[in-house]
Amino acid sequence: MNGIPISHILFVSTALFFIGIYGMFTRRNLITMLMAIELMLNSVNINFVVFNKYLWPGKLDGVFFTIFIITIAAAEAAVAIAIIINLYRNHQSIDVEDAVELKH
Amino acid sequence: MWSDYLQLIKAEGLVAIIMFILLFLKLGKKERNTESLLHFINVLLVINFISGFFFNAEGTLFGDMFQTNSLLSLEKNILNLGTLIISLQSFQWLKGHKHILEFYMLLLSTLLGMFFMISSNNLLMFYLGLELSTIPLAALANFDLEKRTSSEAAMKLILSSAFSSGLLLFGISMLYGATGTLNYQELSQQLTGTPLQILSFVMFAAGFGFKFSAVPFHLWTADVYEGSPVAVTSYLSVISKGAILFVFVSVLYRVFQNISVVWYNLLFILSVLTMFIGNLFALRQQNMKRFLAFSSVAQVGFILIGITGQSAAGSASVIYFILIYIFSNLGAFGVVSLVSAVTGKETVNDYKGFYKNNRMLSWVLAISLFSLAGIPPTAGFFGKFFLLLAGAGKTSSSGWQLNYILITIAALNMVISLYYYLRIIKAIFMDKNDNPVEKVKSTFSPNLSFIICVAGILVTGFASSAYDYIFSLVK
Repeated sequence: MNGIPISHILFVSTALFFIGIYGMFTRRNLITMLMAIELMLNSVNINFVVFNKYLWPGKLDGVFFTIFIITIAAAEAAVAIAIIINLYRNHQSIDVEDAVELKH
Repeated sequence: MWSDYLQLIKAEGLVAIIMFILLFLKLGKKERNTESLLHFINVLLVINFISGFFFNAEGTLFGDMFQTNSLLSLEKNILNLGTLIISLQSFQWLKGHKHILEFYMLLLSTLLGMFFMISSNNLLMFYLGLELSTIPLAALANFDLEKRTSSEAAMKLILSSAFSSGLLLFGISMLYGATGTLNYQELSQQLTGTPLQILSFVMFAAGFGFKFSAVPFHLWTADVYEGSPVAVTSYLSVISKGAILFVFVSVLYRVFQNISVVWYNLLFILSVLTMFIGNLFALRQQNMKRFLAFSSVAQVGFILIGITGQSAAGSASVIYFILIYIFSNLGAFGVVSLVSAVTGKETVNDYKGFYKNNRMLSWVLAISLFSLAGIPPTAGFFGKFFLLLAGAGKTSSSGWQLNYILITIAALNMVISLYYYLRIIKAIFMDKNDNPVEKVKSTFSPNLSFIICVAGILVTGFASSAYDYIFSLVK
């Protein structure tokens, strides 16, 4: 059953996490930045499930945590998109470079 | 049997009940007089604050996920007091607003989240409380829907807080991988300082650093503080920051005690950076809200020194300082909020000659700023004194007494901070201005909040029993 070693899966999740950070720093579209954050949260989910499955098979904490992260990420995305829609109404744009009212 | 359970979650239950009362008021069709509605809500918050002193139980709930004791009840009640003061101060601003009940629903749900976070005994509960306290806060920052700055501030807040919870969660997931548990007590026994645990701790601390805006992670602070409505800004800078710092202290002392060498070094660097950068940026600010934002960043640097003490004195001095910080920062924010709501003026230049027409408000602002700067007769001095004392009291295992270097840097920074606090006071009392701010009419609620703040600043420092009481609870 355990054909895939744990290091492979951890590599995937860590790569996903840093792709998320990279996207957060380089992208300028707010929706894409939100997607980058979702990538980071999903890599955490993979981490939890893998640790639970391979290292601590007798416990359930990791699986529970994953379910809560998915739920909260959905709530966070809902609030963030509502804020972005309002930002679009005020600025006529969802590019962060255009939101420059507050500087220094 | 049932009453035991209810008594343990009394603080959370009361806040939830107030939320439900407001929800039912919202359901009714009748148009209500906003002023009487605001007074009614303030009375509810007073009841909430007073009941925080009674019937506090100790114990755990929900399979060890939730715990409470008299120290945690005190911390929650400090936050209750701050929320009450902010509610009194925002009277002038909310009076003309259509959506009062929504404002309080969001405000109280963040407070509920902070209570759960403070009472957490498990990383899952901690994460749930943290998110409950940050997501509604972003909606609150956007409360001036038609203002461009408000929506920009909310965007910056939600993106940076989501990013920081991503970092925090990655740290938690690796901590789970390394130890196989999320419970605080079990975690503290399992931690031995392996590289994976240290890496996960650094991620964890970075997530925290974002939330209380320590320096490499502070960039969102000034923008969000400037753009949000003033009531939300004062909530962010005092209540939200205070709650996070309470949790940070208890997590460091209870969970990560075994790797204290690691976090001492981390806090040392963070604290030096935070004090210097916060102070240097505060020097050049012209907007009052931005100025107070950077001054609150600098204050976090001093709080971090207290945390490095690693003793009961460290924990007690942080709680004591946050109590004083609530009084002094809310005093300053209250005046700024009132002036901004009535006249719309927010820059330092507008405050030139402020004393001419507004005697009382000038004195409140001056006393608050003196307390923030740490001038002796005010409570701010005693708060900083105990923080530095706790930082100096740390015993070092190696010969190097790093903590004395830290205290020296802190003393230098207090001198720098004195300059910019006194600059505001000079503008108020000494500078000439051809058309100073007219007389700002203050009503009962803001006046009451100023009385509480000034009394708190003047009394808390001299009433040494306050510190003794906190210290006895910590031990």
